[in-house]
Amino acid sequence: MNLTLKIWRQKGANAKGKMVDYQINDVSPDMSFLEMLDVLNSELIIKGDEPVAFDHDCREGICGSCSLYINGEAHGPDRLVTTCQLHMRKFKDGDTIYIEPWRAKAFPVIKDLIVDRSSFDRIQHAGGFVSVNTSGNTQDANSIPIEKANADAAFDAATCIGCGACVASCKNSSAMLFVSAKVSQFALLPQGQVEATDRVMNMVNQMDAEGFGNCTNTGACEVECPKGISLENIARMNREYLKASFKG
Amino acid sequence: MSGILNSSIGRKFAMALSALFLMVFILQHFAINILSVFSPDAFNEASHFMGTFWAVQYLLQPVLILGVIFHFVMGFVLEIKNNNARKVSYAKNNGSANSSWMSRNMIWSGGFILIFIVIHMIDFWVHEMNVKYIAGDMTGLINPADPGSGFRYYEELVVKFEPIWRVALYCVGFVFLALHLLHGFGSAFQSIGANNKYTKALQGISKVYSIGIPAGFIFIALYHHFTGTH
Repeated sequence: MNLTLKIWRQKGANAKGKMVDYQINDVSPDMSFLEMLDVLNSELIIKGDEPVAFDHDCREGICGSCSLYINGEAHGPDRLVTTCQLHMRKFKDGDTIYIEPWRAKAFPVIKDLIVDRSSFDRIQHAGGFVSVNTSGNTQDANSIPIEKANADAAFDAATCIGCGACVASCKNSSAMLFVSAKVSQFALLPQGQVEATDRVMNMVNQMDAEGFGNCTNTGACEVECPKGISLENIARMNREYLKASFKG
Repeated sequence: MSGILNSSIGRKFAMALSALFLMVFILQHFAINILSVFSPDAFNEASHFMGTFWAVQYLLQPVLILGVIFHFVMGFVLEIKNNNARKVSYAKNNGSANSSWMSRNMIWSGGFILIFIVIHMIDFWVHEMNVKYIAGDMTGLINPADPGSGFRYYEELVVKFEPIWRVALYCVGFVFLALHLLHGFGSAFQSIGANNKYTKALQGISKVYSIGIPAGFIFIALYHHFTGTH
């Protein structure tokens, strides 16, 4: 396949960026999207040009490192996959492909296609954990019975890889799908319920402080999420937050 | 509890509560208006009751006005805040791939509904306020001096829907209301945390309400335009 790529290039966080056109030929349909970018970068390096900077790590769809807004969608046109699992067979010979970084005030561009997602880390630090106090009386987790439906829902929520596709897809740059997944995975389990009030308040407050937008329930996040995190989590977070607010 | 309106979820919750309140109001408004098609007398009686009963006039009416103002002001505030959360737009954004047109354009459908409400208030509400509280005529009669002249409400309604331009304007207003409700109805329930085993059934009710009620209002306007005898 021969493709035209329109890629966002930006030298640094404070530099002015722009879309730059690249022509890439003989792309195999069996390549992953990131492999295609690897090939492009090899060509750029041979020509003495600056390669395109993009995030990647496991390339197995589980680490949440890769991002990219491809042809107007987070992780491209495929469903339930990250960019590293997107294959070039999803495109046609002669296509023009737009490749942009996640766009959100809370995800500032560091370079080219790489954005700073540490706002997600700070939200996690605010409450996305269960405190394990070494009292010596900690009960073995496996000895606490948990309803199957709750265990399944908690597991589904815990599959969130924190890639930020929800924020990138949301017209409001809202992080509620991410935060709600992290709140839900604990709220559904007895181990997490002890700190439920503080957790939801602190995580939502941090989310607001980071400058993410307000959710208007468009559902774009759920569709574009590579892990299929459900909007039910946002409804659960809303309930948890309201419950916590009234408790004071 | 303090400062709940300063949080994103608190604002979402308040927006949803005002929306649910307004949806109940619209249903009640429709229930009275549809009477005008079946029985002018029943419509007159209901209109007179709503227009003169103290609890409606001095309690529910101010709450409704505040609810409408809150919903619009908060809607615009949230839109501005949300626009600020993305400083640089995408060169290419395929919104239709993951969300409905209605959900992405609530500010536009809401804006047109606001224009419609202003026109509607000038058409009916301002006139009512003038007659009742400035002219001081609480009788609701066509001729206040003649008890046999009958109630004025049905007559006024029919006269209002004579000009085709007003009927067309109202129809457009209700189309925007339908578009707004098609997203807003379900969204309000999601915002208050109601996403459960009843959500599928709720989606069905949402479609019936969101299309049925505006279509009913359009029917009423067209009915009086084509059957009115003035």
